[in-house]
Amino acid sequence: MGSIVSRLLSRLLREEEIEDIEEIKKETGFSHRKITRLYRRFTSLDKGGNGTLSRDDFHRIPELAINPLGDIITNGFFPEGEDQVNFRGFVRTLAHFRPIDQDNEKNKNPSATEPLNSRTNKLLFAFRLYDLDRDGKISRDELLQVLRMIVGVNLICSTKTPKGGI
Amino acid sequence: MEDLWTVAVAVFQLWIFVVVFFITLPAMFGLSLGVTSVYIQILVKLLEWATIRIQRGREEQPSVPAPLPNGIIERAEGSMEEEMEQLRRSRSLEGGEFALSDALYFCKKGLESIVDDQVTQRFSSEELASWNLLTRTNQNFRYISLRLTIFWGIGVFVRYCVLFPLRITLAIIGLSWLVIGTTLVGFLPENSVKYWLSEVVHLTCYRICARALSATIRYHNKENRPQKGGICVANHTTPIDVVILANDGCYAMVGQIHGGLMGVIQRSMVRSCPHVWFERSEMKDRHAVTSRLRAHVAAKTKLPILIFPEGTCINNTSVMMFKKGSFEIGGTIHPVAIKYDPRLGDAFWNSSKYNMVSYLLRTMTSWAIVVNVWYLPPMTIQDGEDAVQFANRVKSAVACRGGLLDLAWDGSLKRGKVKDAYKEEQQKMYSRVIVRQNSISATHTRRDDQS
Repeated sequence: MGSIVSRLLSRLLREEEIEDIEEIKKETGFSHRKITRLYRRFTSLDKGGNGTLSRDDFHRIPELAINPLGDIITNGFFPEGEDQVNFRGFVRTLAHFRPIDQDNEKNKNPSATEPLNSRTNKLLFAFRLYDLDRDGKISRDELLQVLRMIVGVNLICSTKTPKGGI
Repeated sequence: MEDLWTVAVAVFQLWIFVVVFFITLPAMFGLSLGVTSVYIQILVKLLEWATIRIQRGREEQPSVPAPLPNGIIERAEGSMEEEMEQLRRSRSLEGGEFALSDALYFCKKGLESIVDDQVTQRFSSEELASWNLLTRTNQNFRYISLRLTIFWGIGVFVRYCVLFPLRITLAIIGLSWLVIGTTLVGFLPENSVKYWLSEVVHLTCYRICARALSATIRYHNKENRPQKGGICVANHTTPIDVVILANDGCYAMVGQIHGGLMGVIQRSMVRSCPHVWFERSEMKDRHAVTSRLRAHVAAKTKLPILIFPEGTCINNTSVMMFKKGSFEIGGTIHPVAIKYDPRLGDAFWNSSKYNMVSYLLRTMTSWAIVVNVWYLPPMTIQDGEDAVQFANRVKSAVACRGGLLDLAWDGSLKRGKVKDAYKEEQQKMYSRVIVRQNSISATHTRRDDQS
């Protein structure tokens, strides 16, 4: 009985489950409500319950698993060489897709760091979709690999010489 | 010490008297004293007041974040063709040519599914628009007002200390009556008296169990009730679905035989009435299962079979793929739609999070279970239709009637991975779009040449 009461009380006076919520707000530009909602999504995907997502957690989403570029998109969340992503990294990647704030484009302050959802950062994310080995260049092979992923067995190789790499 | 004991015995006797005469006996005859309906009306008014109070509280305290209603993504609801056309419009591409921007369509769709997808949310309890004064559904509790907290406290007391012991007593009485009654009826020879008695025993027991959950069930279109020799299919949310449906008719249950208490109940049930229980090894053999069910249906005098074609519990916001096995047996299908009211109690069994016992405890400490059951007109397979198409047709009818979302996804995705065939579908669709645009642009060029 005592444990039930203490559990109820601790839920009543629940402290913020997310640490550094203010820092995340500043970095990503998401509102408090959106961060809470994304945190709830993060915990529902985190089947292991250890506060990080692995690649398997992403592949468990059926709509992502049938997406031809599902693996590449998942890789975009994981920093170089790592197998786990924490909530901060999760939200930071998603912040790229926030709509561009209109006033940011107009009052360009050169000394301030660019927000995550700026045009340049969006293009960088798109570039990384093709740059599979993260060497800063898209080679012809990488392009072909991505094309093969999207088209699958419906690709017919023609005898025409393909254009050079980018 | 003696006085305390006699007092305790007297209280206990009074308690049993009240339970038996005011709840169990009327329940067995299908009557009601009306207490539950009054209780539910009071509850609904209370919850409406609580909702208004919470909304007012949120306006007064703007720092308190309110939960977002539905999704934080702005989706463009177009088909792959429309969106691809928009992406490629600015470029003049030759036929069958791939553009770098094509990948962005898949990227966008992939990210949308990471933030919010249609499938995984069906395997956890539905999010409520407003708090219903249960601790377990409290997403963002902030102290709003003293009165709200007091009501919540009273609610906790009423649910755990008054309703819960009552419900447990009723459940024990109901289940023991089922086991004893069916065993006794099983001793009779096979004649119409036995069948009638077996129906009576089953009905009374399920009615007592329904009271044990404070269930208020509303049946619609009773003229379409499943007949003997038919197959009844329904959407599956919880094991309690069986109790809900069996309150209004007798069904032959289909399932796997379990051990323990469940096994005892199953074995005694089959003594009085031909239910179809399978051993675990038999379940793997689909052919054996189908032939046994077919034999049951062919004997037109047997009770209608009750099957849940989704194969697993879904959270009652949508209907997922109906497996074709049930629709290959033949016979008339009687679809039934079941919809629970989520405000007064969450009926969904999240089997990966809770086991059966904790699920039942949670259900018995909710406010109540309010459920609507719609009987749909019988359907049979039509010429030129295969089992899959028939299954989809029935699924759409059930979803439409119950006000649920009709999804084509398989419920077994709760535990398993999606098949690669679906990814290949997406790839084929994209190739078709590019090739089609190829033929459109080729026609344009040809026309320009000719003119």
